[in-house]
Amino acid sequence: MPQVTFRISRGSTHQDSQFVDYQTDITEGMVVLDAVHQIQEESAPDLACRWNCKAGKCGSCSAEINGKPRLMCMTRMDTIPTDQPVTIEPMKAFPRIRDLVTDVSWNYEVKKRIKKFKPRKPDAPDGTWRMQQVDVDRVQEFRKCIECFLCQNVCHVLRDHHKHDEFSGPRHYVYTAALEMHPLDTEDRIKDVKDEQNIGYCNITKCCTKVCPEHITITDNAIIPLKERVGDEFYDPVRKLFRIFRPGK
Amino acid sequence: MSRTNISLPQRSFGETSRIDAWWSQPLIVFLGLLAFVVYSTWAAFQGAHYSFGAYLSPMYSPLFFEAYEHAATGHALFGDWPKWLPAAVIGIPLTPAFLILWAPGGFRFTCYYYRGAYYKAFWGDPSNCGVGEWRKGYRGERWFPLVFQNIHRYFLYFAILFIFVLTYDAFMAMWHAPDGMTYAQAKTDSVLNFGIKVGTLVLIINPILLGGYTFGCHSLRHLIGGFMDKFSGNSGRKKAYDCVSCLNRGHAKWAWASLIWVGFTDLYVRLCSMGVWTDWTIIG
Amino acid sequence: MSKYTTHEYDVLVIGAGGAGLRAAIEASGSGVTCGLVCKSLLGKAHTVMAEGGMAAALANVDERDSWTTHFADTMRGGQYLNNWRMAELHAKEAPDRVRELEAWGAVMDRTKDGKILQRNFGGHKYPRLAHVGDRTGLEMIRTLQDHGIHQGIQVHMEVTVVELLTDGERVIGAFAYERDHGRFVVFKAKAVVMATGGIGRAFRITSNSWEYTGDGHALAYLAGADLMDMEFIQFHPTGMVWPPSVRGILVTEGVRGEGGILTNSEGRRFMFDDIPDAYTSSTSDNEEEGWRYVTGDKSARRPPELLTRDHVARCIVREVKAGRGSPHGGVFLDIAWIKQHISDSEAHIKKKLPSMYHQFKELANVDITQEPMEVGPTTHYVMGGIKVDGDSQMSTVPGLFAAGECAAGLHGANRLGGNSLSDLVVFGKRAGEYAAKFAKDNSTGQVNDDQVSKIAAWAEAPFERGNSGENPFTIQSDLQVMMQDKVGIVREENELNEALDALEKLKARAEHAAADVNRDYNPGWHTAMDLRNLLTVSEASARSALQRTESRGAHTRLDHPDKNDEEAKVNNVVRKGSDGQMLIERIPITPIRNDLQQIIEENK
Repeated sequence: MPQVTFRISRGSTHQDSQFVDYQTDITEGMVVLDAVHQIQEESAPDLACRWNCKAGKCGSCSAEINGKPRLMCMTRMDTIPTDQPVTIEPMKAFPRIRDLVTDVSWNYEVKKRIKKFKPRKPDAPDGTWRMQQVDVDRVQEFRKCIECFLCQNVCHVLRDHHKHDEFSGPRHYVYTAALEMHPLDTEDRIKDVKDEQNIGYCNITKCCTKVCPEHITITDNAIIPLKERVGDEFYDPVRKLFRIFRPGK
Repeated sequence: MSRTNISLPQRSFGETSRIDAWWSQPLIVFLGLLAFVVYSTWAAFQGAHYSFGAYLSPMYSPLFFEAYEHAATGHALFGDWPKWLPAAVIGIPLTPAFLILWAPGGFRFTCYYYRGAYYKAFWGDPSNCGVGEWRKGYRGERWFPLVFQNIHRYFLYFAILFIFVLTYDAFMAMWHAPDGMTYAQAKTDSVLNFGIKVGTLVLIINPILLGGYTFGCHSLRHLIGGFMDKFSGNSGRKKAYDCVSCLNRGHAKWAWASLIWVGFTDLYVRLCSMGVWTDWTIIG
Repeated sequence: MSKYTTHEYDVLVIGAGGAGLRAAIEASGSGVTCGLVCKSLLGKAHTVMAEGGMAAALANVDERDSWTTHFADTMRGGQYLNNWRMAELHAKEAPDRVRELEAWGAVMDRTKDGKILQRNFGGHKYPRLAHVGDRTGLEMIRTLQDHGIHQGIQVHMEVTVVELLTDGERVIGAFAYERDHGRFVVFKAKAVVMATGGIGRAFRITSNSWEYTGDGHALAYLAGADLMDMEFIQFHPTGMVWPPSVRGILVTEGVRGEGGILTNSEGRRFMFDDIPDAYTSSTSDNEEEGWRYVTGDKSARRPPELLTRDHVARCIVREVKAGRGSPHGGVFLDIAWIKQHISDSEAHIKKKLPSMYHQFKELANVDITQEPMEVGPTTHYVMGGIKVDGDSQMSTVPGLFAAGECAAGLHGANRLGGNSLSDLVVFGKRAGEYAAKFAKDNSTGQVNDDQVSKIAAWAEAPFERGNSGENPFTIQSDLQVMMQDKVGIVREENELNEALDALEKLKARAEHAAADVNRDYNPGWHTAMDLRNLLTVSEASARSALQRTESRGAHTRLDHPDKNDEEAKVNNVVRKGSDGQMLIERIPITPIRNDLQQIIEENK
């Protein structure tokens, strides 16, 4: 059984933290979260780490492994080099509570500000709707999101520029796109996407797409289509002209 | 637990715990784009060797006028460089390339793929995912000038026109002047002969790659169906949307392939015209 | 006395999975103030793990389906130990609850004519499970969450309740700590809804997360409420068995619903070898008919892989014990074989079972479109829980309600797959509704300061033990191993007695569990406190299992391998005695209403 060194960032704030090295044995099939648990049991019972399902379905154990935003429960030890210390850090775009745990409550606040789902009148007298599978395929991709917030974490607008007050981040564009493209929804959020969520801050680095553990094509399927819808409404002079002659729409 | 004021430390340039060669990709993009920009600018300034027989360089197509004081190539739509156009602006020569290059250039400059790529490689905004930045302030694409990136769809309209033009050029590249005759003269006399040469293939591949790139455009994907919330009951539109989506998935690859090929096509025509390369005949 | 902050609500909901969220939505919608407490972040509760679907007799795929068939299926699956009133309400109301989710934004898979698609599942006569691929639980919790946040519900994330506060008989609030910095909180509430889920963490091999420490069961028990049916713990037949670190993670029944077959090391489909009498008429006896069933042929009978979970789990254990298991001690579950029938089987499997595909690809390096999976039973669900009134979901303690997995009754001796998600919304709604009603009819109770300071001192104690104390993780892990061995999938009298002895020792050790450093997000401290709940539910299960001298549903006794008619007439109820000892009472089942009995007979 090979011994591997884990260099874990510990502390109560990002500013005031240090790396502590732990050694533990790695066996076949282990993931990084197993190693963290083993360290907790062997030598650091107070090592803080948020987790839940351990199967990549709840999105709790987000962290940065060797600088890359990952779910700890889905990162197999045999996919990362173990001849050098494995660095584990908490997400950087959110305040730290302790060790690997960050305060992600900001995300929940942002979501509340996005207008909720508003369906059209039911299609059938029994109060139900009819939707074709082809019409919900796009939305279903977005609804795979497990809210791990890794996309928020890697987005430089939040991570480096700290625009938390203005910018809602990739997760909430995916959320908004799911609502906007929902065949039943009648609400219009495009103006908010531009002025409240400030989608213009996104400069299409595609980092969010790269880190998504659910493999949602965030940039191409959610953000850019929203940018285009914003374009339709605000940046397309010919359409603007059309609207002048076709008021009411 | 509900804290709204978020105070995070400012990270320094290049700060990262990544252990892979994160700098290699932006470096390759930087060098690749820089090489193309340098070459195409140089080629655009030449105002010469932009055609070889039946071939017209894509960097000069459509050719409205022959370059200033350039002999007729048989490709110009409206003849010689007109008097009302200056040959140079504040000492910088003006060539036919500049009359058209803004369109494909603008298309690529405002392209969603290239934006992401050059923001990283040239602006370092960020250099790569999860790597600290050198700049403190950030305005994104919300304000002038970058808010103009949103007119990408208008460049798309031109880019689609260019696909037709370049397809025409590829078709014309199959018809060559007989020996001992200039192309311009043979064309006027309608005595062109069918033939496939290496250059013909080069010019045929060009609009194919450009088409793959242009028809996978994010704006086109939106305009052709993405703007709708419901596809059922409109199978034609759904098919079109699926086609564009399919090309769109490989947008970056098409972008690079078509970019390199445009440059190579110009180089091929140029070197043949200069007599450095020989244009081998395959059929005819 | 320790410092604490106080929050006051009309209704306090503890737990924010499907049941808790639905209860909170209902309560806040009926005009009372509502607080929602959850141990983890909002939307992370174990509901996200539910994969297969939500059973409701919508009759979208097979028009022969109706609530009566669903009711009869549920009762048959539960071996008639169910609270028949709950089974009735559940079957009747589930379709509305599913449609309501759609009105709140859920995007379920569709039939060709645009309705909600339904799939086959073990024990359900007709295709009945509304679903979204294999992530139905995620869809449900996200829908409820996104709807709930606009309802004015106050959500307290990462807060753990350690005791219910009582005023005389009545529950009037809860004492809790915030996980982030360990501060204490007192919630005052006129009514409390328990929606805390299950007890799977008491076992070594489990599909459950750390949260499933039986909090609701234990807190209600300690507050004087009755627990019922605690011997019935469902072992899901298909959990992952390799690699060791993912042992127990669920492999959805949907794999079998889509045509997956179980084979042993000899390549034999062993499920054909043992089909229980109650199911012979509805189960196919050859492979060809089984496949036709999976592809929607209404005249075909279901393949034996879709028999009830308790039976499939026992068959797997039998194969493994007979030496016909897979290399890592399970059996093979093969979905790749459908390429014999479907030309683009690879794409089909990825579309129908996307998270299973990724789970095996990423965690076990197995491509399920090409090779079989190795699976074995895993602790999955507790049918037992807080005894409640079928209509109102109120427990035996006034002001205390329960819904979802932590409530008992609906599932009897064995739960059918797909019935838990519908359980959450049907009874979550009812619990919220009646809790709100209770809150309107009653005034705020008086918090007993003695109780608060006592529990606060108890919570702080692990820090005082310092170096002399024991590592709580060790105690927890010893408990899990012991429970797996002695109160696991097959039980015996002497082993259950050994388990009770072992539990006494573990209780003593738990009183010395120590925590270190400080209260900031300290998992050691949290585990030290969780032990009390785990030990309480473990004891309740072991005692109930000892009491039931027969094999029925999920409860299998080696020393009593058959059903016993006398046992069929009672539920085991666990209650705290006046001296703090755990008492067991055998309560006769209320005779079923005639019309319902008739439905059961008609569907036999």
